[in-house]
Amino acid sequence: MQFSYEVNDSYAEVKSVGRLNMVAAPKLREVVNEVVAGGSSRVVVNLAETDFMDSSGLGALIGCLKAARQAGGDLRIAGVQPQVKMVLELTNMDRVLTAYPTAEAAFGDD
Amino acid sequence: MTRFWTRLIVVLTVILGVNYVAWRWMASLNWEAWWIAVPLVIAETYSLIDVMLFGLTVWNIKFRKPPPPAPADATVDVFITTYNEPLDLVMTTALAAKNITWPHSTWILDDGDRPEMRELAESNGIGYVTRGAEWTPDMPRHAKAGNLNNALMVTSGEYLLILDADQIPEPDILDKTLGYFNDDKVALVQTPQYFINVPADDPLGSQAPLFYGPIQQGKDGWNAAFFCGSNAILRREALMQLGLVGYVKATEKSVRRALAASRTAIKKARRSPEAENPLVEQMLNQVEAATESAQKELEAGASLSEITYRVRRQVDDAVRTLVAADFSALQSDLEEIAAMELAHVGESGVTTVASDAVDRMSGRDWSPLGALESVHAVLDAISVERTDEAQPIMPLATISVTEDMATAMRLHGLGWKSVYHHEILALGLAPEDVKTMLTQRLRWAQGTMQVLLRENPLVQRRLTWGQRLMYFSTMWTYLSGFAAVVYFAAPIIYLTLGILPVNSISFDFFIRFIPFMVVNQLLFLVAGHGIPTWRGQQYSLALFPTWIKACTTAARNVWFGRPLGFAVTPKARQSGGPSWSLIRPQIIVAVLLAVALVVGLIRLLAGMSEPLGTLVNVAWVAFDLVVLSVLVKAVLYKGFEPEVVGPERPEERNANAV
Repeated sequence: MQFSYEVNDSYAEVKSVGRLNMVAAPKLREVVNEVVAGGSSRVVVNLAETDFMDSSGLGALIGCLKAARQAGGDLRIAGVQPQVKMVLELTNMDRVLTAYPTAEAAFGDD
Repeated sequence: MTRFWTRLIVVLTVILGVNYVAWRWMASLNWEAWWIAVPLVIAETYSLIDVMLFGLTVWNIKFRKPPPPAPADATVDVFITTYNEPLDLVMTTALAAKNITWPHSTWILDDGDRPEMRELAESNGIGYVTRGAEWTPDMPRHAKAGNLNNALMVTSGEYLLILDADQIPEPDILDKTLGYFNDDKVALVQTPQYFINVPADDPLGSQAPLFYGPIQQGKDGWNAAFFCGSNAILRREALMQLGLVGYVKATEKSVRRALAASRTAIKKARRSPEAENPLVEQMLNQVEAATESAQKELEAGASLSEITYRVRRQVDDAVRTLVAADFSALQSDLEEIAAMELAHVGESGVTTVASDAVDRMSGRDWSPLGALESVHAVLDAISVERTDEAQPIMPLATISVTEDMATAMRLHGLGWKSVYHHEILALGLAPEDVKTMLTQRLRWAQGTMQVLLRENPLVQRRLTWGQRLMYFSTMWTYLSGFAAVVYFAAPIIYLTLGILPVNSISFDFFIRFIPFMVVNQLLFLVAGHGIPTWRGQQYSLALFPTWIKACTTAARNVWFGRPLGFAVTPKARQSGGPSWSLIRPQIIVAVLLAVALVVGLIRLLAGMSEPLGTLVNVAWVAFDLVVLSVLVKAVLYKGFEPEVVGPERPEERNANAV
């Protein structure tokens, strides 16, 4: 699992590659906290290359959402793959998070 | 074979029990003394249902074979929960945990946040976790559940072994249990709680051989083995899933509630004097429109993060517009604002308001108008951050002081399986004095009743009927305090006043009652393989004040939000002499029983009562007194003497009978 991020004009994009599971979850939280602390509170987590996510990964996303919101911004997810989509539905998390097709689209209307 | 005999006796018990109680209801009630006749028959019906639920439990008794080996790369975190236990006690457990053979990380979860504990842990290479900064003083702490939830966020093992501070694990505890998780649907493996500081006669009724035996094995047969808070292994994925589902539920509920409350708040704001200002009115209209469209989006199924984000943005914009308009209208204030360093003179020489001034003045902490304060407060609640909890994801249930039962029930509700592994793999310490023992029993009973009142298992649609009844069965047993009062009162009333709750004590009575009683005792004997159950039977009656108190305090807590008066069970023995005052109600009952005995005999000699009725009631009183006598022993108990050896070696108790 690896994370990288890129800050552009209107948002920061965090790329998550590989398995976002209980081992990677704390790392994701760390990266997003770093991004938010750096002044970019509008964050897109790009999951296009995340082929597996578990409940701990989703839990970390919620933690990150809270951090971004408290900094006055938002956290959105994009590029969800079938397995991740299934996990979102299984936990009803699709009631909370909208999955945007691409990182560009995530803050497209805003 | 055991299963066959058990089932046969269960069937007999039900037939004979229904035969007796039905006769009691239909043909035996002494309506002239309805005030004791009806309570007694209700108490007897209660007991019949209790034994039927026990019968149902052991009907499916499951004797498991050892599981297959677990995959070698399974990762485990061992959690030792502590609050105020002595450091050496915690360290003994922690070092034993460190010696568990399966590769793992050991963590002390110190809710007492003690620097000495941290130091000891670190110097022994053991992880140390205490509540993070997000657990601010205004957040609910949720005791042990909160402690575990906090640790779940900072660790990453696939499986979690949970140990109370006094539960010393065997090195092979994980080797013997992890294999059950090869079944992907297994979320929990519970092993027994066994106490090494208990003498053979167990004066405080600490061992629970019936529960950590036929009852758990029976529940296991219904896929309803309980989580008992310690000596259990849990699958992280299952807990996290529980946390997520709970988060979504709580968030949706709070957003709905906040949207409803904001309508009320806006209505109220419209009635305030400031609302006459057209700017304010316009702003209120915008806020109202925002919440109304949010409500529509919610019904249409839009995601909660989108809805809450939009509301927040629209409201912020509206407030900003208002404040900005206010500024332009108040030119004369500019100088003053300049003095506040919020404004500066622009390049054109015209004084302008710095753009960030508006931002600052419309910030959440600054309410431009008194009337908006309430609106603001409500709008803050339209969020997905679960601001009323320290962390949004709370995997272990927090609806009860006994988080374990509620958590297991929710796991079962999500379709997970549980396993009861009948082998002692951790050795613990039981309370050594009556006061601590009573505190502990009260806490268990309160927690169980909280779950019953908050999430009644009988109406949990996602549980099977077997599971519902297994949870309900345990809750039902805690109602025994009320029945006990009646069982004490009835013979006292007969012996002193001569009032019989039944028409007559006759052949009809004995022919129905005695077979039921015999088969009832036989059931416990066969289902329990002869394990001692008498101590447990005594305590279920003798602690009636505790059970009643648990029911009333839990009901007040759940229905009226009153505190439980909850206390952590102290692990160290409480000092002081015998504390008779703790069992005052039982002493009063015992005195009344003794007086009734004497009066009853006098009445018999005076020819005022019939011999048979007196005999039955004297026997009944004698039984009650023997039951209560356990408390004399308990109060006089001076704590465990190490030279006295416990009932058997724990290894020999491990009846993994197949």
